[in-house]
Amino acid sequence: MLMEPVIKTAFPFVVTAVAVLIAFQMVLMIVAYTVLAERKVLGWIQGRIGPNRVGPWGVLQPFADLLKFIFKEDLVPDKSTKFIYFLAPMVALVCALMPMVVYPFGPAITSVDWSFLPYGLGEGIRTLPLTIAQIDVGVLFVLGITSVGVYGIALAGWSSNSKYSLMGGLRSSAQMISYELALGASVIGVVMLAGTLDLGGIIYAQQTSTFRWFIIPQFVGFIVFLIAAFAETNRVPFDLPEAETELVAGFHTEYSALKFALFFMAEYVNMFTVSVMCTVLFLGGWYVPGLSHIFEPGTIPYALVSHFAFIGKICAFLFFYIWVRGTLPRFRFDQLMNFGWKFLLPVALANVIVTTVVVFFLNR
Amino acid sequence: MASTALFFLFAGFAIMCAISMVYHKNPLYSAISLVGVFISLSCIYVMLAAPFIAAVQILIYAGAIMVLVVFVIMLLNLDDQGTKNRLRYLWALGGGLGVVLLVQTLFIFYAVMKAPQQASDQSVSVGKTLSIGQSMYTVYLLPVEIVGVLLLMAIIGAVILARRLSQPQLELVVDQELDRRNETELENEYRVEL
Repeated sequence: MLMEPVIKTAFPFVVTAVAVLIAFQMVLMIVAYTVLAERKVLGWIQGRIGPNRVGPWGVLQPFADLLKFIFKEDLVPDKSTKFIYFLAPMVALVCALMPMVVYPFGPAITSVDWSFLPYGLGEGIRTLPLTIAQIDVGVLFVLGITSVGVYGIALAGWSSNSKYSLMGGLRSSAQMISYELALGASVIGVVMLAGTLDLGGIIYAQQTSTFRWFIIPQFVGFIVFLIAAFAETNRVPFDLPEAETELVAGFHTEYSALKFALFFMAEYVNMFTVSVMCTVLFLGGWYVPGLSHIFEPGTIPYALVSHFAFIGKICAFLFFYIWVRGTLPRFRFDQLMNFGWKFLLPVALANVIVTTVVVFFLNR
Repeated sequence: MASTALFFLFAGFAIMCAISMVYHKNPLYSAISLVGVFISLSCIYVMLAAPFIAAVQILIYAGAIMVLVVFVIMLLNLDDQGTKNRLRYLWALGGGLGVVLLVQTLFIFYAVMKAPQQASDQSVSVGKTLSIGQSMYTVYLLPVEIVGVLLLMAIIGAVILARRLSQPQLELVVDQELDRRNETELENEYRVEL
């Protein structure tokens, strides 16, 4: 058979491509419905109904929005720096979506026998991991890629050649650089307890730890992470980059149609990312305590229940975001900076030092 | 095979970005090109089985340092006219340094070709986070400490400079000098330094 070696070589790439496609669709669907959920929940908080015209209960609203974005006129400011103006939204969305490849969506499935596949493709495959790529430095990868996302916002503000955009871009990059430090420092405690930077490894470390979830020994780190995550994603109460009353819409004032949609999506994908990180680092990821007594670990039902537990935890965080948006007013910029540098960062560093001492004496 | 193709892809991208960094007149384009260089370098690190270095390269250089550079360029709104005039004197120096670099590269190429070929040991986990951390705090403890002190000095220096700008009423040594000299003169001098 001539095709056999070709198929055998191409098989891993095809599997990876299919995995990326599935994860991509899943993340984007969750993100699309986060937007709808946000409008609905904000409506309830403010005593309104929210979107209810497109489809029953407004469930087709995200698709209607997308169509509207596609068919709107795409205005490009006359004196903008064209290349960077087009580059910025792409950078924002690509950097938001890329961390997806290391998310641990669920436990590995080990019970399936893959020998039924033709051409002996199933040979040597024992496990089906529910992650696309398991890399040794998953935490650093996510932090690094999301930190590159700042360029999207900063460059969008600069290239639009508008005062409001520039102010929004500057504010946003200053804010994201400042809060990135606190975010990174709050993760160190978890990494020290787990002894690994791999996201899957952190979940396994939580299963064998005393408290099951790292939120209990690392409560300070969790609070710091949560606050810094709000600032990193430019959400209320830290949404100064797009403070409507001062800056019209901040860095994306001059963007319209699909280019605006890319920024909009990037913001919600970033929300999803920090929710995933929060779940994995502090809430045990896909781990449900006691589930291994009901189902055998490695079987498909175990993986499915764990996967939905993971998605459920993420959705709880997404709801928390929306809830906070409907509740809190916005900070002033100097308050934001003072809070980040003079309170949040010292607390995160103190947490690192205390954790170091405790881990040192526990491991002796 | 595939890794060779990927290497040439990333290396070519790195060289293209480096050339565009040098030749662009707009400093912001240069900064973005430099980010491209860093990202393609980190892809090459991944292929050399050094994921930690790759992640740190993105996190520190692309994510933190270059963001600050872009930030400063956006704030200052540099004029490209001045930079061209200054570069005119440095043609000879730059050319000489370029030749030295080329000779060095060729020498490394030659040395690698001459060296006896032997298969690398796949079981060694040199690029892994654990081995990097262990060697940093055992074998290379002194260099790490020295770098730490250097960074601390840099932080203190930055704090002193920033304080001098925002709170000149504090009696630092530099402020006494500011009193001695004409104030406007020193202010102009500082602007040039920036």
